[in-house]
Amino acid sequence: MTDLLALTALEAHEAMVAGDLDAAEYTAAWRQAAAGDELNAYLWRDESGAEAPAIAVERDCIAPIAVKDIFTTEGVPTTAGSRILEGYRPPYTATAVRKLIEAGAPVLGKTNMDEFAMGSSNENSAYGPVLNPWDHERVPGGSSGGSAAVVAGGLAPWSIGTDTGGSIRQPAAFCGIVGLKPTYGAISRYGMIAFASSLDQCGPLTRTVSDAALLLGILQGRDPLDSTSVGIEGGIALPGREDLSGLRFGVPSELAGDDLDAGVREVFEQTLKQIEALGGEVSEVSLPSSEHGISAYYVIAPAEASSNLARYDGVRYGMRAGGDGDLIEMYETTRSEGFGPEVKRRIMLGTYALSSGYYDAYYGQAQKVRTRIAQDFDGAFAEVDYVVTPTAPSVSFKLGEKSDDPLAMYLNDFFTVPMSLAGIPAISIPAGLAEPEGGGPKLPVGFQIAAPAFAEQRLLDAAYALEQGIGFDARPGGADG
Amino acid sequence: MADLEAVIGLEIHVQLATKTKMFCGCELSFGDEPNVHTCPICLAHPGVLPVPNEKAIRYALQIGAALNCEIAPRSIFHRKNYFYPDSPKAYQISQYDIPICGAGRLGEVRIHRAHLEEDAAKTIHVGSSGRIHGSAASLVDFNRGGTPLVEIVTEPDLRDPAEAAEWARLLRETVRQLGVSDVSMEEGSLRVDANISVRPVGSEELGTKTELKNMNSFRFLQRGMEAEYARQCALVEAGGAVEQETLHFDPASGSLTSLRSKEEAHDYRYFPEPDLVPIVPTEAMLREAREALPELPVARIERYEKELGLESDPARLFGREPEMAAYFEATCAEAGEAEPRTIANWITGDLTAELRKGDVDEDFTDPTVPPASLARLAELVAAKKISHGSGRKVLAILVAEGGDPEAIVEREGLAQMESDSGELESIVEKAMADNPDAVEKIREGNGKAIGAIVGAVMRETKGRADGGEVNRLIQEKL
Repeated sequence: MTDLLALTALEAHEAMVAGDLDAAEYTAAWRQAAAGDELNAYLWRDESGAEAPAIAVERDCIAPIAVKDIFTTEGVPTTAGSRILEGYRPPYTATAVRKLIEAGAPVLGKTNMDEFAMGSSNENSAYGPVLNPWDHERVPGGSSGGSAAVVAGGLAPWSIGTDTGGSIRQPAAFCGIVGLKPTYGAISRYGMIAFASSLDQCGPLTRTVSDAALLLGILQGRDPLDSTSVGIEGGIALPGREDLSGLRFGVPSELAGDDLDAGVREVFEQTLKQIEALGGEVSEVSLPSSEHGISAYYVIAPAEASSNLARYDGVRYGMRAGGDGDLIEMYETTRSEGFGPEVKRRIMLGTYALSSGYYDAYYGQAQKVRTRIAQDFDGAFAEVDYVVTPTAPSVSFKLGEKSDDPLAMYLNDFFTVPMSLAGIPAISIPAGLAEPEGGGPKLPVGFQIAAPAFAEQRLLDAAYALEQGIGFDARPGGADG
Repeated sequence: MADLEAVIGLEIHVQLATKTKMFCGCELSFGDEPNVHTCPICLAHPGVLPVPNEKAIRYALQIGAALNCEIAPRSIFHRKNYFYPDSPKAYQISQYDIPICGAGRLGEVRIHRAHLEEDAAKTIHVGSSGRIHGSAASLVDFNRGGTPLVEIVTEPDLRDPAEAAEWARLLRETVRQLGVSDVSMEEGSLRVDANISVRPVGSEELGTKTELKNMNSFRFLQRGMEAEYARQCALVEAGGAVEQETLHFDPASGSLTSLRSKEEAHDYRYFPEPDLVPIVPTEAMLREAREALPELPVARIERYEKELGLESDPARLFGREPEMAAYFEATCAEAGEAEPRTIANWITGDLTAELRKGDVDEDFTDPTVPPASLARLAELVAAKKISHGSGRKVLAILVAEGGDPEAIVEREGLAQMESDSGELESIVEKAMADNPDAVEKIREGNGKAIGAIVGAVMRETKGRADGGEVNRLIQEKL
């Protein structure tokens, strides 16, 4: 049984296609593993048994998958980590999930997340925080914390999450796995509960770069139900590149990061040396506007969120509270009780930024910064093939450590937000282990590689070569502390 | 104090008669059971996305072409945010600073813009007031939610309520003839709001305006505007000032009540809709929109007036009634001697009166009197073969029984008397002898008195005499 779970999703897929692995047995093994969730990583698991899966399996050759609870699944609870959607069972299934099901991947369960994907630690879930499989006193990152934890913790072979400002890459880094945010428009957003529509993108969280490529190949594509989706021309092939010769990697001087933890900096510099050892060229590039990324992001994302979350009013679905008074009283009571503090904070921030008289100073200005950041990347990609940074300024922090300091929490996204604003693809791969500030057992460090829009294939090829070069093989101990 | 004139601009919502809704695949409907035409998208379930209806975009382009609007090469959708149960997303997808149709003109009125948006759901407030305040409960019917709308906004070019209502009728006809909407005010597929202000005649400045809503017929539209114009005039004349507000017109009582003041105005927090890409009409789409245009009322009215010499009233009537206009043109084509303006007068005058008398709900695509028959009749009168009065009798028979005009004239003995036969002359002499008072009055210079003598001649001849000839003979005898 342990052998089955040790296979990567790609290995399992190949074995199933070759007839060497029984799909039902494999899925049952994962269901059993998922049932042992001690991380609070799953909000819902398919406990119906292999004979009658909740969602029909059409072809049994893709590994079962854990799905962030932000994707709608027909008849299956979908909460987006929020109290306001408690008990909600959507009448339809998200395109990304439908594609997985059609490819033969049964849904193992729905994973915990920061409420409406707002957070970097998974502490903003209405259903309790997810624990980091490397250290149960630490956060798995967020907002796709559950999706990262199940893969790192041996509760799912792979998963999908969503990334708005780093919500796939940062938890992947904190949990020591691979996380890919594709180009905006590569994968349909239909059925992905909206946080910030112009930034949200679905992507894979996997053990290996090859698994990420396999999953992206299934997920990507234009969807008639999403006007902003375009897909990736030519699809995605499995990466096979062994070296990085002739490839240029740019390190943005502006993102050098004074606040970078020493251990993270050390792993980052080792990785740059590894790139050179593989034949790649490392140079400095300039992204002059990128340091304003966080400011722009925390105007644009809350502004869109304030509008996207206005539909949760207790009228048609989900939670309803109050209602003994008038309509406004019902709206207010429902939303006061249904939303958590971080969601409320962002709704207020976003409402303010869009208000008459403030729009130009906030939303308008933030959009200008966003355009500049995209132009910065265009300039950088004229000189280099990839831009590389640490994924996050630190390794995983302790539960509660930053939950009272929103600004400190927001800075977790310092390295990931610029790529989101530019709409370009970026991947985080585990690059090594580092001791947290303040001491303790070593924790994973992520290395982020970004590429031009729709250059996912080139991105995966380089990430694969570097992954092989690094040879990261540490696994969580699983014990507390 | 100088006289105050009204300054009126209109905002017209036109529901497009597409098969499906603006952003989802639900069928459009009217009068169906509530909430049957809904889906996760138009109910705003979590995670759904809008996909624009291409037909609606094409219809909007047709309206833009009909209103001579500049078409934006690239227009975008915005979100208009507000909380209300009729808006399940809590925002309406509309257009804001870059509408699909920009500046244009219809007749004498400039169009400010025309943009695409989605309709709200229908709310029914249970309780005596019919409004949300004080209602026991509110019911929502999402069948209408998401219906494609084009909102047309005029410049404040209208100067009185009657003129504004007349122009609104012209707009409705124009849109109706495009075939892109049912334009029924009663069913709500055409909704007209009016922005009204007053200012001293001669002033170029705009006063503070109010917005008038809920006028579901052209009559109520005009009455509402008249009431608001009167209210503002009285206010200003009493030394007061108009305050910006939205008003609800109650046609039953004729009263205006304030829906909300400027202070209560919504801040809609407009921002570009991130779920949609810009509308970029192709050259082919623009060409198709232009080519799909029929001859529209304004163009037809102008052609009839300038080329066919029609008077304004019949020209405008034909502008509003394309089937009647087609009948008019078919009749003209059949007629030799009769002038188009004479034929127009036959149609709008005697024929209409005769049809009304017979309570005929005329369908001019299948007319009671075929164009050839009416043309023949008009020719007989024009050629003075029968008098106009006899012509009316023939027409009555044509409407009631049909038949051939010449055969009817023969059968009924309506042929005009030959003027040189001497018969008419002796009848005129007898009529003058019978009416010495009238003769005296004419001699004294009272020209109107001639009517009594003409009348007597017509009675005697059963209308077969030519009125002009009778007049000439009377003058001669005098």
